[in-house]
Amino acid sequence: MTREFAVSVEGLSKKFGLKTVVDGFSMDVPKGSIYGFLGPNGSGKTTTIRMMCGLLRPDEGGGHALGHDIRTESREIKSRVGYMTQRFSLYEDLTVKENLEFMARLHAVPKPGEVVANALGEYELEPRAKQMAGELSGGWKQRLALAAASLHGPGLLLLDEPTAGVDPKARRDFWDRIRRLARQGVTVLVSTHYMDEAVQCDYIAFIAYGKKLIDAPAADIPDAVGLTTWRVEGKGLQPAYEALENAPGVDQIARFGSALHVSGLDAVTLDRALAPWRDRDGLTVAPAKTGLEEAFIWLMTGAQDNFQ
Amino acid sequence: MKQLASLSRIFAILGKEFIQMRRDRLTFGMMVGIPLMQLFLFGYAINTDPRHLPTLMEIGDTGHASRAIVQAMETSEYFDIIGVSPDRAHSDAALRDGVASFVVSIPPGFERDLLRGERPQILLDVDASDPVAAGAGSGAFGPLVQEALEPLLGEMISPVETVIHRRYNPAGTTALNIVPGLLGVILTMTMAMMTSMALTREAERGTLEALLSTPARPFEVMIGKIAPFVFVGAVQVILMLLGARFLFGVPFLGDPRAFVLAVSLFILVNLSLGFLFSTMARTQMQAMQMTFFIFMPSILLSGFMFPFAAMPAWAQTIGEAIPTTHFIRAMRAIMLKGAQMEDVWWNIWPLGVIFMVIATLAMARYRQTLD
Repeated sequence: MTREFAVSVEGLSKKFGLKTVVDGFSMDVPKGSIYGFLGPNGSGKTTTIRMMCGLLRPDEGGGHALGHDIRTESREIKSRVGYMTQRFSLYEDLTVKENLEFMARLHAVPKPGEVVANALGEYELEPRAKQMAGELSGGWKQRLALAAASLHGPGLLLLDEPTAGVDPKARRDFWDRIRRLARQGVTVLVSTHYMDEAVQCDYIAFIAYGKKLIDAPAADIPDAVGLTTWRVEGKGLQPAYEALENAPGVDQIARFGSALHVSGLDAVTLDRALAPWRDRDGLTVAPAKTGLEEAFIWLMTGAQDNFQ
Repeated sequence: MKQLASLSRIFAILGKEFIQMRRDRLTFGMMVGIPLMQLFLFGYAINTDPRHLPTLMEIGDTGHASRAIVQAMETSEYFDIIGVSPDRAHSDAALRDGVASFVVSIPPGFERDLLRGERPQILLDVDASDPVAAGAGSGAFGPLVQEALEPLLGEMISPVETVIHRRYNPAGTTALNIVPGLLGVILTMTMAMMTSMALTREAERGTLEALLSTPARPFEVMIGKIAPFVFVGAVQVILMLLGARFLFGVPFLGDPRAFVLAVSLFILVNLSLGFLFSTMARTQMQAMQMTFFIFMPSILLSGFMFPFAAMPAWAQTIGEAIPTTHFIRAMRAIMLKGAQMEDVWWNIWPLGVIFMVIATLAMARYRQTLD
């Protein structure tokens, strides 16, 4: 078990006061994979990640991370795991280099000078080495945080919404680096809100209300959701949108560029709803494969916000 | 209409302020607690005309005259006679250790000399290291003796000579008393506040999470965070000692080893106090407010500003639980009275006990995980 899986947890539960934040959560993360962790705000993603790296003790359940018991061997786990927190958690009043040196020494890395110099080079932080971390822009901060989290050569990276509030270019760059790390054999567990990021994961777990709703290889997710989708393209989409929005059989309608993706769980009633639009001038209605995007919108809408 | 809109906006802001005030319990507690605490302490505990100061008697003559003087002293309220001293050495030790504030010596053959009209001397030894505490009693002593003897001798022009010996601070300089005390107050203020803020800062800025996600053990984090302040405290003490010496001419007469031991223990007490606050405060602001709650009694009830012996018994009991009280006593005894280790030991061990209690509490609250 522990040889194939970087993380393997069973029945994790955590309560804060009376509120159950994580409820019977189980998951196996294969080694070397990028595992996406999705769910609305407050669904328990951060708490689950914290339990996996030994920062929080689960009330119930347990498991292993990198072959170590998450209940009793948190120190061993901490020294082999890189954890990037949701909020920037390095010292804003230390320079980039000082921050890296500090983390290297906390992890008791052998030859910290060399390790920091390598990280500065690899993450292209060299020109900013003497800049205060607090002065960096969002994208650079995240890059520094990733460099700090992977300084000690962890076998598992836990990234908690690493790209929140970062511009698209920096996000792309960040994901390039994550994939590079995964190719080197690092297992990455990453929570995110962005669907274009979720698409890049090998596996995806969707969590809401502290419970896991879906857990599958990314390619299987649309089938697992069970939606049938039609693509409506052409001129005068707005009236079609308004009419279809509340039509029976249409469970979800979303705009993708110049097309509408109309999805429903029941293929027959959906077909009936679309019938009047098939012969319209300038409109083409064609069957489409349900994509990850539709699947996620569907899951997100179903889960809503967890704070209500 | 415009004015009405303005008024409604003002009320909106006003309402919001009250909601926030109510939610910020600590600030609310401070707004209510501090005035009440001050009212209570200044109204009931603090007395700038100190009475009931502990007094020892050295009686070489047990005649009517001596008894009349003792009785007059007891009724005067300035002196609380705590016993009879067998000899000079015992009296000196009592003054140095702060057990007695006054020692009255009536010489042998006092009544005989008095009746012969030879104007015998009565000696009043005063612990003048606290000029306020010493002042009232020494001022009242002369007239009091005169009055006590009137029924025996009839009206005479000063039948006795009262000699007042101001020990440790003959000129009654306030600085001599204030400066050693200031050492305690400044260490309380800065040490407790700086540690609690430095530790809370990590939690407030989110850096604690990164720190805890590394293999660093809690005690490593704690020692690493607190140790620099031991150094800061040492620098403060050295600066204050130099200032005391060269700016105010405060002497240093006692045992340096006792001084170092007392200072080290006191710094540890305040660091652990700051550490305890940091486990309770969520923000640096709260940490600072908590420091204020301990700071005020440390100034008012420790004997720093107002004579300890002049406070009512309940206030003295509270004062005994405040580390600053013991520290200030030890500092005054060591610096001004030349106290040795064994003289101030009874003020040093309570610091050790207080340290153990606070450190245990703080460690119990400090947990490894973020729950």
